[in-house]
Amino acid sequence: MRPQDRGLFYVRIQRVETEFENMSRQMTGAKMIVECLKDQGVDTIFGYPGGAVLPIYDEVFQQNAIQHILVRHEQAAVHAAEGYARSTGKPGVVLVTSGPGATNAVTGLTDALLDSIPIVVLTGQVPTFMIGNDAFQEADTVGITRPCTKHNWLVKETAALSETIHEAFHVATTGRPGPVLIDIPKDVQFASAAYTPIKKARVSHYQPPVKGDMASIEELVAAIETAKRPVFYTGGGVINSGPAASQLLRELVEATDFPITSTLMGLGAYPGSGKNWLGMLGMHGLYEANLAMHGCDLMINIGARFDDRITGVVDAFSPGSKKAHIDIDPSSINKVIHADIPIVGDVAHVLEDVLKVWKSRGRKTDKSGLQEWWAKIDDWRSVDCLKFEQVSQVIRPQHALSRLEYLTKDHDRYITTEVGQHQMWAAQYLNFDDPNRWMTSGGLGTMGYGFPASVGVQVAHRDSLVINVAGEASWLMNMQEMGTAVQFKLPVKQFILNNERLGMVRQWQELLHGERYSHSWSEALPDFVKLAEAFGAKGIRVDHADDLDEAIKEMIAYDGPVIMDCLVEKHENCLPMIPSGAPHNEMLLSESSTKDAIGSKGAVFV
Amino acid sequence: MSALKIKKGANKHSAYNLRPTFSDQQETHTLAVLVDNEAGVLARVIGLFAGRGYNIDSLTVAEVDHEGKLSRITIVTTGTPQIIEQIKAQLGRIVPVHEVHDLTVEGPAVERELALFKVEGSGEKRVEAMRLADIFRANVVDSTLSSFVFEITGAPEKIDAFAELMRPLGLNEVARTGVAALSRGNA
Ligand SMILES: Cc1ncc(C[n+]2csc(CCOP(=O)(O)OP(=O)(O)O)c2C)c(N)n1
Ligand SMILES: [Mg+2]
Repeated sequence: MRPQDRGLFYVRIQRVETEFENMSRQMTGAKMIVECLKDQGVDTIFGYPGGAVLPIYDEVFQQNAIQHILVRHEQAAVHAAEGYARSTGKPGVVLVTSGPGATNAVTGLTDALLDSIPIVVLTGQVPTFMIGNDAFQEADTVGITRPCTKHNWLVKETAALSETIHEAFHVATTGRPGPVLIDIPKDVQFASAAYTPIKKARVSHYQPPVKGDMASIEELVAAIETAKRPVFYTGGGVINSGPAASQLLRELVEATDFPITSTLMGLGAYPGSGKNWLGMLGMHGLYEANLAMHGCDLMINIGARFDDRITGVVDAFSPGSKKAHIDIDPSSINKVIHADIPIVGDVAHVLEDVLKVWKSRGRKTDKSGLQEWWAKIDDWRSVDCLKFEQVSQVIRPQHALSRLEYLTKDHDRYITTEVGQHQMWAAQYLNFDDPNRWMTSGGLGTMGYGFPASVGVQVAHRDSLVINVAGEASWLMNMQEMGTAVQFKLPVKQFILNNERLGMVRQWQELLHGERYSHSWSEALPDFVKLAEAFGAKGIRVDHADDLDEAIKEMIAYDGPVIMDCLVEKHENCLPMIPSGAPHNEMLLSESSTKDAIGSKGAVFV
Repeated sequence: MSALKIKKGANKHSAYNLRPTFSDQQETHTLAVLVDNEAGVLARVIGLFAGRGYNIDSLTVAEVDHEGKLSRITIVTTGTPQIIEQIKAQLGRIVPVHEVHDLTVEGPAVERELALFKVEGSGEKRVEAMRLADIFRANVVDSTLSSFVFEITGAPEKIDAFAELMRPLGLNEVARTGVAALSRGNA
């Protein structure tokens, strides 16, 4: 070949190569799905097979890049994916069949929607030509899941499949994260078309802005400079924004020396051992956190949404404060509480700008005002609203969690919870120094979330200590996942605070319904130790305070899944508590204040 | 081409006025929403209104940009200023929604609706119906010896007024399209 022809030759070869590549990228829809997932960096899917997804399962079988975790119920698949997503910051992926597979996923989708968790759910559907015929295992999946997903798609052509899946990942993880669903008819899985890799997929028009408005940021900085009684009120948005956001938050808190509280969803963004930490706020939040919110003159809401568990009665919420609200979702702003300084943007981006502007203006705060404010806060802190005494051998739930905290705090530890009193006690008595370590169902309050979530977390962090703090009633709602934990050798620890009651319901009945305990008993409970053994796991029962530490140590030490049945005081109330309909400064603090409590003089007025 | 003929990012057209007044006053607003013309998009919009308890006074939808596969939904809704702001923000959150514009606050707009009226009668009433139709510039698009179908276009209030007048004259059936609206002047 003459040297001058060489260029031509290479061009030709290249052309042949691209043509070959295009040809070789023809594939079935089923294979395309697996390619897309690999392309998206997915390493794990949680799923359950059925007729409408068999071609996809066939492809899953023929590869090793992606592990498939076979759950025992589709709801659990979604919660496991949520646990995976929250603990890694990556989207969780779920694969389920049509009809009942899809409808079983609905609770998980709604849970992920309310807590803004990025989840991609792939559902099988009956073939396109049978849709609408009430075919076997047909459900209007996109119709049913439209209100409980951030977005969903029914893909009717294989040619559109790969781009749709890439778009789905983009939507799930961009802006305010959330669950998405792609419904894929069986004929679309069988047919072939060209694969579109991520790089070639068309750019989505969905691009929510991440930078905050600079004029509003200046306004916030000016408020920071002059505030006498400021407080940071942070939420799950800080965690969703990523590790940089938590880092910047810590820097801002240290630099300004402002106090900080957080919602249930935001725990760990600022370290629980940090000196400016007031503890969680809200209905079962700490006294000092709620009073600081009530009495502040500047409230800086970062990635929280003024949920009703936080505000209590809206008209009496923090009456004297100027309120700044940073949120990536414009609909969160002014939805519940009027924001004086609204800033739409991603938490990390906005905090970076706030810090930059604040520093460039000379790092000013009202030092003497702050000093007085901290003195007041220290007063509130001295009430020590979480104090309790472990007197008899009957284990108090607060004590169980304090010991759990003490014995596990130095471990590489992740905590999930179910929903109820135990969940609130876990939020109060466990300490989180890092984001992504605390997985709980906040917005939807889904009993049955914690166990599958712990499975998902453990899959992502094989060597870490993963504990689900559970109530006996919630735990039973997804107990079938014992099979998953045992099959996949996931050493999840199920720490059940067994009060033989639907404790939170019982508490409300005591306070609101004249102690008429209608159906809030956990009757006919299984023997949890035998139950564990039946699944091939380890069971431990403890009912004496003296034996608690040993039992916890035994649980931690065991290399495999454990059910720990920790029998606790049956009629303990979760306090402090802001009764619904009351403002923050009318908090029930101690048992004595709960006598004839809600809407009466028994409440502690501050 | 923006099928809304409103420049993107133009401040006076911002759909996110973030400082509402939280007043209790009920207001009626006309919203123009530009969406991808894809399956289910109307269900998303209607589902949002139903699910969150917002009012729909009128709703029209049709493709306006065939190449770009975009449809324009015109919604007339009533609520407090805070609710109207929420509606706009919630609409903006729907993934296939490209733009949301509040024509009521973004300067003057023209609003038009088309309606068909079937009026049945004879004698004096029939003559009077014909005379009023003339005043309202309604066209007769079908007639028999004892009935007319009038076609009328105009602002919704004009159509309401025409309906009121036709009622005693034998109005039997009405079909209305709902409001289509555009901002006046240059975008
Ligand atoms: C799926 C579901 N159903 C019902 C409820 C209402 N609910 C909230 S807490 C609770 C009791 C939970 O009991 P348990 O899991 O034993 O926790 P405890 O409060 O006793 O700690 C119930 C029934 C819920 N949150 N989720
Ligand atoms: Mg219980």
